[in-house]
Amino acid sequence: MKKFGKAVSILACAAMTASLVAAPVAAEGTFKIGGIGPMTGGAAVYGQAVMNAAQLAVDEINAAGGVNGAELEFNAQDDEHDAEKSVNAYNTLKDWGMQMLLGTVTSAPCIAVEAEAMNDNMFLLTPSGSAVECISGDNAFRVCFSDPNQGTASAQYIGENKLATKVAAIYDSSDVYSSGIFATFQAEAANQGLEIVAAEAFTADSKTDFSVQLQKAKDAGAELVFLPIYYTEASLILQQAAGMDFAPIFFGCDGLDGLLAVEGFDTSLAEGVMLLTPFAADAEDELTQTFVANYKEQFGDTPNQFAADAYDGIYAIKAALEKAGATPDMDASEICDLMKVAMTEITMDGLTGSGITWSADGEPTKAPKAVVITDGAYKAM
Amino acid sequence: MSSFVSYLINGISLGSVYAIIALGYTMVYGIAKMLNFAHGDVIMVGGYAALTMMTVSGAHPLVAILVAVLVCTTLGITIERVAYRPLRGAASPLAVLITAIGVSYLLQNLALLIFGANTKSFQSVVTIPAVKLADGAINITGETIVTIVACIVIMLGLTTFIKKTKAGQAMLAVSEDKGAAQLMGINVNGTIALTFAIGSALAAIAGVLLCSAYPSLTPYTGAMPGIKAFVAAVFGGIGSITGAMIGGILLGVIEILGKAYISSQMADAIVFAVLIIVLLVKPTGLLGKQIQEKV
Repeated sequence: MKKFGKAVSILACAAMTASLVAAPVAAEGTFKIGGIGPMTGGAAVYGQAVMNAAQLAVDEINAAGGVNGAELEFNAQDDEHDAEKSVNAYNTLKDWGMQMLLGTVTSAPCIAVEAEAMNDNMFLLTPSGSAVECISGDNAFRVCFSDPNQGTASAQYIGENKLATKVAAIYDSSDVYSSGIFATFQAEAANQGLEIVAAEAFTADSKTDFSVQLQKAKDAGAELVFLPIYYTEASLILQQAAGMDFAPIFFGCDGLDGLLAVEGFDTSLAEGVMLLTPFAADAEDELTQTFVANYKEQFGDTPNQFAADAYDGIYAIKAALEKAGATPDMDASEICDLMKVAMTEITMDGLTGSGITWSADGEPTKAPKAVVITDGAYKAM
Repeated sequence: MSSFVSYLINGISLGSVYAIIALGYTMVYGIAKMLNFAHGDVIMVGGYAALTMMTVSGAHPLVAILVAVLVCTTLGITIERVAYRPLRGAASPLAVLITAIGVSYLLQNLALLIFGANTKSFQSVVTIPAVKLADGAINITGETIVTIVACIVIMLGLTTFIKKTKAGQAMLAVSEDKGAAQLMGINVNGTIALTFAIGSALAAIAGVLLCSAYPSLTPYTGAMPGIKAFVAAVFGGIGSITGAMIGGILLGVIEILGKAYISSQMADAIVFAVLIIVLLVKPTGLLGKQIQEKV
């Protein structure tokens, strides 16, 4: 979802190779699911969340009797959000006997690993790799929304909930994630009757002063400012907007997840900020509540959307394996061929949406959820 | 009209920060004839020093600024002593330039190691309230006012220092002719060290002001403002103190107005295009002196 959010999807592929020799029947052996993501380095928070939640899901499934009578085995490898290390991790997992990959977590490494996985015909499900190219092959699927999809979904959400009609956008024209979302937002805004009164850009080289962009949005009478950017810049925008007495609705995508964790940031400035994210840890439904409670108990932390994506990813793999009737004695390529079909046939109720389905190109279809920051915490809307 | 005034004030404020940083570049260039590319990173160190004082020991902002100035001054003198002075006699002036780039990366990576890559939100040291003009249409933040005032005070102080004190006169002498200055009994190494000390102290103040106005601090915070300030110094005529001031403020104003009235994407391109034009017309910068080599 974020720029470093793209490398973790390899975790899931390892479980299926186990017993060519031993087990002609499903009850024997394990499905080997591999996992790859940044567990150290600057994007570690994403990788760790994915690995924790995936392990949690695997343990739950095994405790409940496994998949087609066989257990799942999960092996997580670190890629430090580095494309080269990610491919190395992929090869390590293949040596281990990986049959499916859940990962990678962040986009850039995921694109590199997907090139390998496509050649090997290895099933790949990325929980959070949101760049379009992360799932370029027919072997690859994803749990999160793609970058362009987020722009469309944001415009629809704003339009359908009548949050505003005059909208300004501030985006990073030097970043693929941000400009990709903005482009699709702009296209969909027209269909939703939203008027974009100011579309202001900044670049990686000038991302501290937003006074001009905010002033232009203010002068244009914007009721809502769309921020398809990361939380670091967003925290500056919120501070500068407060300094100039400009208080529209601020609306962002998953890149804003993390805003409240910026060290020293006055979270009262983020009050009322809305963001489109597939998961809110305080949602009332039983599935979310159980997941959050279990996650907290095991890892001492409130799970973020990356954790939810990974948890759903493992359950999607389970559902598809059951649909396909796969057995652990099959090799990775056989399983991949079955999964390609099975993934498009399953419908899943997960943490990140209910009635999730997948198209053959690997994109999920689910309704986006929005959360609003209230009293310094994310609240479902 | 009121937005134009807002843009102008923001531009002057941003430009004032560039100007204070540019003073460091221009003084060092004028006196030691070298480009101290690590100057931008000294700003970042100043920011971290002040932030650490305020958050860890809960010091008063003024104490924090003082500590930041002390830390940066020590750092500046150390860098000069360890990394630049031994190379002053080197055959190629490139050696010291490359060392400066090395020091810049060293500082960034040390900060990365000590403070981590996560952005830290800086707590503003300015407590004066914002001023509203024209029925609230123009809003001038306290940070803006303090930055502009600090810039003017520093420039006046520095000019007086150079004109009226013995150490300032020694700086002028060294900048004109190092060899002759030494023959006249001026301590050249001492004078250059003093220049670095003053430049780094200014960098600390610039760091605190920059982080107060744009409250995010990462190990790379100083890099881009450093480069822009270097451009401002060249723009105004490198080696000239008034030139650095004018160059910095003009650069800030052009950047903000370009963003406002031409294109927010093209702001940097516009700034640098103006620089190229100025240098084509006036190769020594706005206030640069044409120095004739005498044989």
